[in-house]
Amino acid sequence: MIHVGLNHFLVVSSILFSLGLFGIVTRKNAVMVLMGIELVLNSANINFIAFAKYGNFGLQGQMMALFVIVLAAAEAAIALAIVLNIYKTFSTVNVDEIDTLKD
Amino acid sequence: MTLYDFIFYLFAAITLVSAFFVVTIRNIVYSAFFLLFTFFGVAGIYIILGADFVAMVQLIVYVGGILILILFGVMLTNKITNVQIKTRTSTILPATIGVAMFAGLLSAIFVNTPWRKMDTTPMLPTTQALGVMLISEYGIVFELLGILLLIALIGAASLARK
Repeated sequence: MIHVGLNHFLVVSSILFSLGLFGIVTRKNAVMVLMGIELVLNSANINFIAFAKYGNFGLQGQMMALFVIVLAAAEAAIALAIVLNIYKTFSTVNVDEIDTLKD
Repeated sequence: MTLYDFIFYLFAAITLVSAFFVVTIRNIVYSAFFLLFTFFGVAGIYIILGADFVAMVQLIVYVGGILILILFGVMLTNKITNVQIKTRTSTILPATIGVAMFAGLLSAIFVNTPWRKMDTTPMLPTTQALGVMLISEYGIVFELLGILLLIALIGAASLARK
């Protein structure tokens, strides 16, 4: 095996991104779709930090990763509140069945 | 193979294997718990990239906050009597082919791009430097993110208790 460099981290992040995408497109449960989004955000963060280290950008990349984590927290809170409301209204969280804007 | 390489492969394996289980396992509660291992693996990758503070934030915010929120979401929206875990296989095959092609394409682009070789940033403690940047260079962004989080939490609370 060759010495670990930038490419290794990028390949790990691309596989993680694809797994997250797979979760988003195949799972029907809205909470599972959220988990897929978290995987995608994590893979983007790996890219930011890998380029911050190997591209010699100082700490800018790590700062962006911190901002992404903050946005992910806000997104998870809002999205789960919406999912709870959807569950109260439709008594299901299957994203294929929820296709009306008002009941 | 040095110790650094070994630790990288260990964390990469933890991350990818548990992420695979997150998206494929049928029981959504197990998925949420595998997500825990994915977050731990990603935190390990941050550490071997020299981002110690971001790794700790990842552990505190993701594992301590977001994962608990997701578990609440799972528990509050799963009726035990009405568990629908069947997924139609018609969507899985096209999704697998498409996502595999996408992953291959992305990895090929990453591997074949001639990245400029630069000296890697030396591994130093980053907490102090990040803190100084947060109140000087990124001060406005920091304040805006604080306001955004406040708005998001108020919005989430008012949405959820309607």
